[in-house]
Amino acid sequence: MGAEFVQLSLTPILIGTLSAIACALPGNFLVLRRQALIGDAISHVVLPGIVLAFLVTGSVGTWPMMLGAAAAATVAVGLIEAVRRLGGIEPGAAMGVVFTTLFALGVLLLEQSDTSRVHLDVQHALYGSLESLIWFDAEGWASLVDPVALAGLPPELFRIAAVAALVCLLTAIFWRPLKIATFDEGFAATLGIPTAALGLGLVMTAAVAAVAAFDAVGSIIAIAMFICPPAAARLMTQRLESQIWWSVLFAVVSAVAGYVLAGYGPLWLGGQDAVSAAGMIATVSGLILALAARFGPHRARQGRVRRDDPQPQSR
Amino acid sequence: MTNSALRLVARDGEALRRDHSGDALTITGLSASYGTRPAVFSFDLAVPKGSMAAIVGPNGAGKSTLLKAALGIMPRLSGTVSVLGLPLEEARDRVAYVPQRASVDWDFPARVIDVVLMGLYRELGLLGRLKPEHRARAVECLARVGMADFATRQIGQLSGGQQQRVFLARALAQGAGLYLLDEPFAGVDAATERAIIAVLKDLRAAGRTVICVHHDLATVTDYFDRIVLMNVHKIADGPVETVFTPENLQAAYGGLLATAQIEGLAHPAG
Amino acid sequence: MSTLLQALSLSAGYNAALVAIGAALLGIAAGFVGSFLFLRKRALVSDAIAHATLPGVGVAFLVMVALGGSGRSLPGLLAGAALTAALGLLAVDWIARRTRLAEDAAIGAVLSVFFGTGIVLLTVIQTLSAGKQAGLKDFLLGSTAGMLMVDAVVIAAGGLIALALALIMRRPMILVAFDAEFAAATGWNLRRIDMAMMGLVLAVTVIGLKVVGLILIVALIIIPPAAARFWTERADHLALIAGGIGGVAGYVGTGISAAAPDLPAGAVIVLVCATIFTLSLLAAPVRGVLAALIRRRRFQIRVHLRQGLLAMARQEPIFDPLTLAVLRRRGLIRSDGVPTEAGRAEAARTRRDELRWEIARAMHRDDPAVASYDGLTPIDALLTADQIAEIDRRIPPASGVTG
Repeated sequence: MGAEFVQLSLTPILIGTLSAIACALPGNFLVLRRQALIGDAISHVVLPGIVLAFLVTGSVGTWPMMLGAAAAATVAVGLIEAVRRLGGIEPGAAMGVVFTTLFALGVLLLEQSDTSRVHLDVQHALYGSLESLIWFDAEGWASLVDPVALAGLPPELFRIAAVAALVCLLTAIFWRPLKIATFDEGFAATLGIPTAALGLGLVMTAAVAAVAAFDAVGSIIAIAMFICPPAAARLMTQRLESQIWWSVLFAVVSAVAGYVLAGYGPLWLGGQDAVSAAGMIATVSGLILALAARFGPHRARQGRVRRDDPQPQSR
Repeated sequence: MTNSALRLVARDGEALRRDHSGDALTITGLSASYGTRPAVFSFDLAVPKGSMAAIVGPNGAGKSTLLKAALGIMPRLSGTVSVLGLPLEEARDRVAYVPQRASVDWDFPARVIDVVLMGLYRELGLLGRLKPEHRARAVECLARVGMADFATRQIGQLSGGQQQRVFLARALAQGAGLYLLDEPFAGVDAATERAIIAVLKDLRAAGRTVICVHHDLATVTDYFDRIVLMNVHKIADGPVETVFTPENLQAAYGGLLATAQIEGLAHPAG
Repeated sequence: MSTLLQALSLSAGYNAALVAIGAALLGIAAGFVGSFLFLRKRALVSDAIAHATLPGVGVAFLVMVALGGSGRSLPGLLAGAALTAALGLLAVDWIARRTRLAEDAAIGAVLSVFFGTGIVLLTVIQTLSAGKQAGLKDFLLGSTAGMLMVDAVVIAAGGLIALALALIMRRPMILVAFDAEFAAATGWNLRRIDMAMMGLVLAVTVIGLKVVGLILIVALIIIPPAAARFWTERADHLALIAGGIGGVAGYVGTGISAAAPDLPAGAVIVLVCATIFTLSLLAAPVRGVLAALIRRRRFQIRVHLRQGLLAMARQEPIFDPLTLAVLRRRGLIRSDGVPTEAGRAEAARTRRDELRWEIARAMHRDDPAVASYDGLTPIDALLTADQIAEIDRRIPPASGVTG
C-alpha cells in the first residue's frame, strides 16, 4: 500500500465510490416509487446526448459532453412522460419505447459522423475506463498534502465530488417532502407539497448523477448503483433513515471491492491484466443484493396492500 | 329579468368570501372528470363550521373525486374552493385529509410514529428540528385513537383497522379546523369504527368541522348531523332530518335501492 | 435509392435476402410475442433478458476456445446467450416473488449485474486472446455486415421457428393477457403460461442478437405493440398489428442498411419502428394525441358552456374566465358580460332541459340510461318526442320556463 497504490488506485477508487453514492441516494426513492428503471432509461440516452454534443460543438471536451448528456436525459424524461400521458401507455413500455429509440438514434449518428479520430465510442459510454483515471503526479501518501501534486488530480474527481455533494445536500434538504410524497402522494398534495415538481426534481437529480457517473465510469455503474444498493438496503431494515445508510454502505463496498477485485483479482488467479472495473463493481453490487435477498432480515413482504394489485376503490 | 341583475361579475377574492364567513368549506361550480366522463358536475356546496357531515351516494357517484378535486389532489375542470373563508392555497394549514387506506403501499419502510409525524410537516418545514415535544404530541395523537402502544411498530404489521387509526392520528397531529375523511369506516372492525367515531365527535365538540365520504346508509343518522347526497350532481344537502328523505335517496340511488329499503333507512326511529 | 429497391426486392445477394427475410420473420415474431408482454404490463422484463445474454456469449466463447475451437460459432454463442438469459429471467422471477422488492427493481438489478459481469468476461477474453474477440462486440449493437451464410440461415430459421411457436401459443397467451383471473379459474396454469411467454421472448431476443444487438432488441419487442395499441381495442388484433409493424420494420430496416452499409441494421430497424410509433401516437383516429386533444377541449368547452348557461338562467354571477370566454365567443353574452338576446334564449332552453331531466329522473328512476345522467347530454338525445311531451306536462307553470 505505498506510492503505487496512491498513484494508480486511490483516485479510481475515490471516483468509483463517489459515483456509487451519488447514484444510490436518489436510487432509494426511485426504488420505493417503482421507478427503478428510470435510471436505466436515463443511462441509455447518455450516448445520443454526447454524440449530439460532439456533432454540434465538434469537440470532445468534458463540458459539451456533460451538457449534451444532461440535455438528452431531460428530453428523455419529457418524452417518457409525454408517451405515458398522451398515449396512455404504461410507464414501463413508455420507457422502453423512448430509451431504445434515442439510443438507436445515438448509434446511427455515431456511425454516420467522423468520430474515428476521437475517443468516442459505444463501449466507452457503456463501461467507461475507471482504470485510466490515475494520479500521475502522486509519489506517495505525502502527495495528499502537496499542492503541486494535488493540482494534478484527475478533473473527474472534482466533478464527481461536486455532484455527490450536491446530491447529498438535496437529499438532506428535501428529505421530509420526499419521504411524505413517496409514501402518500395525495396526502402530500394536501400539505401543499408540489408533488409533480418534486417527482421531476428527483428524476432530474438522478439524471445529473447518471451523467456525472457516466463521465467518470460509464453508464453500467450508474444503472447498477441506482438499483442494487437501495434494493439490498430495503431488505436489511424497516426504516427509511437506516435504509439510506445501508445503501451508502453497500455502494461504497461495491465500489471498493469491485475495483480491487478487478485490478488484483486476475493477478491472484495467475492472470496478467486487470478486467473491467465498472463491470466488476456492478457484479459485486449484484452479489451483495443476492446475499441480502437470501439472508436479509427484512427480505419478505409484509404490507397487506400492494400498489400494483388493483384495490376496489370508490371514487 | 333586468340586465343589471344578470351582469356578470369578474372573479375576485372578495366576491368569493362574501357570504361564507360562517362556513368551513365552500365549493362553487366544481366539475371534474376522468377522461371525458364527468365524475362530478357543477357542484356547489357550503358546509357550516362545527358540523359533522357525510357525503353519501352510490358507487361511482364521484364522492371521493369531489374530495380530491376540492383539495387539488386531482385537477378540476372548473370551480373554486375556499376553506374557513380563505382560498384553499392560503388555508393549507387548516385542512387535514385522511385518504383511503388502500391508496398507499403499507410495505413502505416506516414505523407508526414516522407516519404520524408526517402530519407535523407544515409546522416543521423542510429543515425544522424535530424536538421531543413533537414526538410527545405524535404519541398523544396515537393515544387518542388507542394506538399509543404501537408507536414503534412497523406499519406493514398493522391490521386494516389499525392502519385507519394511524391515518386518523396523522390528521389529528395536523391540528386542523377542517377534517376531510375518505371512507374512514371502509373495511375496519367494529371496535375501530367506534373509536374513530368517538374521536370525530370530540373534534366536533371542540368546534372543528368533519366531513366524511360515507357508504353505510344505516349509520348516517347516528353519526352525522348534516348530509350531502350526490350522484355526479348534488342531489341535496342540509341537516340530516330534512335531507335524509325517501325522495332524496331515491333521486340519488335510483333503482339501486329497493323502495322498502329506502323507507326503512330514512325513518329509522319510526 | 436503387440499391434500396434492390435490397427490398431481395435481389441484393443471397445472404442479404436471407437476412432480410430472417429479420422480417423475427420482427413479426417479436411484435406478436411482445404484445402479450405489453398487455401483461411487463414489457421491460425483455430488457433484463436481453442484457442477461452478454455473460452467456462470453462464457460460450471461453468454453469453445477451451475445447479447441475458434469460439466464433454463432449457434454456440447463441446457446450460451440463451442459457444466461434464462438464468436472468429466473432471477427476476425469484426476486419479485420471494422478496419484498417489486419487479421493476428486480429487472434493473438483473440487467445491470448480468451486463456488468458480461463486460468483465469480455475484458477477460480480450486479455486472453487479443484480436480474436472482435466478433463479440457485434452482439452489443448487432451487425449484418460480413455475415456468413451459416449465420444468415440460423437467423432465418430461428425467426421462422419463433413465429411458429408464437402462433401455436397464441390462444393461452391471449387468454392470460386479456383476463388472467378468468384464465386461472378455467384451469390454465398461469405461471406456466407466463414462463412459456417469457421463453418465447427469450428465443426472439437470442435470435435477434446478431442482427439488432442486445441493447436494441427490446425495441423490437416493446415498440410494435405500443404502436399497435393506438389502432385497436382488441387483444388479438393488437398482436396481429404489432406483428405486422415488427415485420415491416425488420424487412425495411435490413433493406436500408444493406443499401447503405454504413448504417447499422439494428439502429435502423429500431428507428423504422419508432417512426411508425410516432405516427400512430399523433394521428391514430381514436386514441391518437390529436384526436384526444380535440375531444378533451370540446368536452371542457361543453362543460363550461352548460354551466355558464345554467348560471345565466338562474341569474347567478359567473366568475370563471374560461366560461366567460366560451359564452362571449358564441355571442351569448356581450363583452361587458351582459347576456344577449340569443344568450337569454339559449339559457332558457338549457334551463328547460335541466328541468326536464329532473322530472325524467323522478319518472324513470329504474332506467339506468336516465339515472346515469352526465349533466351534458340534451334530453332529446335520449328520449322520444312524446316522452318529452309527457315530461313537459309535469313542469310546474310557476317555473317560468316557456318554449
